[in-house]
Amino acid sequence: MEALLSTKKVSDFRLGLQGGLSIAIGYMPVALTFGLLARTTGLTVTETVLMSMLVFAGAAQYISLSLIAVGTGIIEIILTTFIVNIRHFLMSASLSEKLEEDRLFKKLFYAFGITDETFTVISVKDGKVRTGFAVGVMLISYGSWVVNSGVGYFIGEILPEFLQASMTIALYAMFVGLLVPSMKKSVRVTFLAVVAGALNSILLFTTNLSNGWSIVLATLVSAVIVELVVMMKGGGRANE
Amino acid sequence: MNSTIVLMIIGMAIVTYIPRMLPFLVFKGKELPPFLQGVLKNVPYAVLGALIFPSILLIQEGNLMFGVVGTAAAFVIAFLGANVILVVVGAISVLSLYSVFLM
Repeated sequence: MEALLSTKKVSDFRLGLQGGLSIAIGYMPVALTFGLLARTTGLTVTETVLMSMLVFAGAAQYISLSLIAVGTGIIEIILTTFIVNIRHFLMSASLSEKLEEDRLFKKLFYAFGITDETFTVISVKDGKVRTGFAVGVMLISYGSWVVNSGVGYFIGEILPEFLQASMTIALYAMFVGLLVPSMKKSVRVTFLAVVAGALNSILLFTTNLSNGWSIVLATLVSAVIVELVVMMKGGGRANE
Repeated sequence: MNSTIVLMIIGMAIVTYIPRMLPFLVFKGKELPPFLQGVLKNVPYAVLGALIFPSILLIQEGNLMFGVVGTAAAFVIAFLGANVILVVVGAISVLSLYSVFLM
C-alpha cells in the first residue's frame, strides 16, 4: 500500500514535469534576455540569479531592470513590483479551489511557484488537481527560469536572431494550446476568453492602466458577467 | 554584491510572495458561496483570453504581420487537435520560416 501510494505520487509529479515542459521552453528566450539585460544594467551574476530565484516573476523583473537603469529608488521599485504582481492573488484564489486539500505548509510552499504560465497549465486540467502535479509543473518552469537567467548573463544571444524573434511566440502559443481544446468543448469557455481578451485590448489601448491591472480587471469583469449569465439561464453548471 | 540591490531583491521577493500565498491562508477550509466559486472557476479561461490578447499580436514591435502570422499558426495548429508542445514548436517553426524566407 505504502509503495503504491508513493508510485502514485511520483507519477503525478512526473506528469507535472511533462505538463510544464512547454513553459520551460517558453521561459528560455525570456530568461536568456533577462540575464543579458541584467548584465548591461550593471547587476552581478549573483544578483541576477538571486533575483530569478527569489522573485520568479518575469514581467516584474524586467520592469525592475528598467527602473534601476534610470536610477529609481528601491522603495519605488518594490512598490511597482507589488502592483505588477497583485494579479497573482486572483490566480491563487482560483487555484485554492482547484487543487486537492493538503497541509497548509505545502500550500504555502507551492504558492511561491504561481506564475501566469504555471497557473494556466495547472488550472485547465480536468477535476481536482493533485499537489504533486502542481509541484512538477512549477519545478521544471522554475528550473528553466533560474538556469537560463544565469546562462543569459554570460552568453546572452546564444540563439540566432531569427529563432530568438520566433521564440517570443512560445508562451502565447502555449496559452492558445491550453485554451483551444476547452473552447471546442464549451461555448462558455469561448465567451470567457473572447470577452476578457476584447476588454483587455480596449483597456490597454484606451486607458493608462498598466498591463497587470488591465488583465485583472478584464478577467474579473468577464468571469463575473459570464457567471451572471449562467445563473440567469438557471444552471448549466459546467466544470470544464 | 551590492547590499542595496540585495535589499531590493528581498523586498521584491516578499511583495511578490504575499499575493501568491494570501488566498491559501484566507480561504483555508472555507466553503465559498456558490457564485464566488463559479467566478473563480471562470478565472482560468478569462485569464487566458486576457494573456493572449492583444499581446500575441504585438510580439514584434512595429511589425503587426509577424504577430498575425504567429497567432494564426498557433490557433490553426491547436484547432487541428495538436497537444500544447506541438502548438508551441509549430508556431515557432512557422515564424522562423516566415522570418527567414518572407521578411
